[in-house]
Amino acid sequence: MSVKVKIPTPLRRITGERDIVEGGGASLAECIVGLDGQFPGLRERLCDEQGELRRFVNVYVNGEDVRFLSGLSTPLKQGDEVAIVPAVAGG
Amino acid sequence: MTFATALRCRECAREYPLAALHVCEFCFGPLEAAYDYAAIARATSRGRIAAGPETMWRYADFLPVDAAQRIDLHAGFTPLVRSHNLAERLGLRELYIKNDTVNPTWSFKDRVVAVASSKARELGYSTLACASTGNLANSVSAHAARAGMEAYVFIPSDLESGKVLGSAIYAPNLIAVDGNYDEVNRLCTEVADRYPWAFVNINVRPYYSEGSRTLGFETAEQLGWRAPDHCVVPIASGSLFTKIYKGLKEFEKVGLIGPVQTRMSGAQADGCSPVATAYREGSMNFRPVKPKTIAKSLAIGNPADGYYALRQLKETGGSCASVSDAEVIEGMKLLAETEGIFAETAGGVVIASLKQLVETGKIGRDEVTVAYITGAGLKTQEAVAEHVVQAHHVSPQLEAFEARLGLGVEQRQSAAVEVR
Repeated sequence: MSVKVKIPTPLRRITGERDIVEGGGASLAECIVGLDGQFPGLRERLCDEQGELRRFVNVYVNGEDVRFLSGLSTPLKQGDEVAIVPAVAGG
Repeated sequence: MTFATALRCRECAREYPLAALHVCEFCFGPLEAAYDYAAIARATSRGRIAAGPETMWRYADFLPVDAAQRIDLHAGFTPLVRSHNLAERLGLRELYIKNDTVNPTWSFKDRVVAVASSKARELGYSTLACASTGNLANSVSAHAARAGMEAYVFIPSDLESGKVLGSAIYAPNLIAVDGNYDEVNRLCTEVADRYPWAFVNINVRPYYSEGSRTLGFETAEQLGWRAPDHCVVPIASGSLFTKIYKGLKEFEKVGLIGPVQTRMSGAQADGCSPVATAYREGSMNFRPVKPKTIAKSLAIGNPADGYYALRQLKETGGSCASVSDAEVIEGMKLLAETEGIFAETAGGVVIASLKQLVETGKIGRDEVTVAYITGAGLKTQEAVAEHVVQAHHVSPQLEAFEARLGLGVEQRQSAAVEVR
């Protein structure tokens, strides 16, 4: 099973400048752990010491903010699109 | 020249050069301009400011751009109006209305765009862009026209017609997105990643947001070089709310005014009140919402500075009100009927919130209070069109006029008495 993950500019140094990578896992949390295996250091950038998504990171699954879904427990299925987007924008 | 020295992460304090960056590469925290305040303190003075242009550029020493290269539509230095009628109606001793409806594109957004567009050009950009609830799109379009830059402005497709036209007249690339502001904003964040454009509220946001401090500077100067006791500010992203206070504290820091003990209170609409809700729950973490309110310029369900707004509410001892759409309309009418100022829906939110905060004792009757009116009413005519007085239709004859208004001998005599 695989999902498409969109990587924002601040994380591309970790992904070798790639803006889209492939991920997996049954949930967003598993997906992030998997990505950290491929790209060491990625998880630390997305999650704080308590393992929660950092305050200024927005994650969308198929365009919906995961805070309207189930946060890190949001389930993923084949072909889903995960977008990681800096929260500090707009206004 | 500028006294800004770097961009600094508000969360982890890592520093970055003064480039088109807005997010800390490490923790995703927001970057903010850092200044050499000692140098500013040496350069600035009340006299130097007072001798400056009658625009926000009188505070150029405090802005992170080279003012000599500025894109200038004469934004700012708007009236701080002493309120008598509304103050009396509400029972406040000293109330002021900061009337930012009279800016070049009729909203406070000209302040932020003046800084962002100037910086964008300084950094070599030829295209300005933004995600907007309307006012910002108007201002970006106008500043791009003035500067001879190209513009891409993105708005939700359900905006008021005045806000759409208010951009269209300047001939930008106007993109109406089928979605709410938060969805527009997310789209723009991805567009900004791909195209070499200066998105005023994304990649050049650290400069943009600094423009709002000029509202704090002006308030202090116009009050006779002192900070007010209480400010009531509309909260959308929370940026304006935090930057007005930052402006007051900076004036204190460089010695232009005495100690600042201002309480900062926020104003939101019930249909989009993530900050007011978290405030009431005593939480520092707001939950994003899907907005549903006539106050479209405040319809940001996922506010970028919501956390800092909550922190500031707590630190300054302010409160955050939220009001219904019906109260918004009443607020717009109340301000117009008592002070002669026609505000857009966001202004209705502020006046209705001010009323609520006074009635619930959150604002003391002796506090020197400033209410921030950030956009003009002709932009949101739909909201009040059904709620205002209707015209008396008459034929062009004196008798017809008198008959229609029920005027007669009695009124004429009393007028004559007044004349004597």
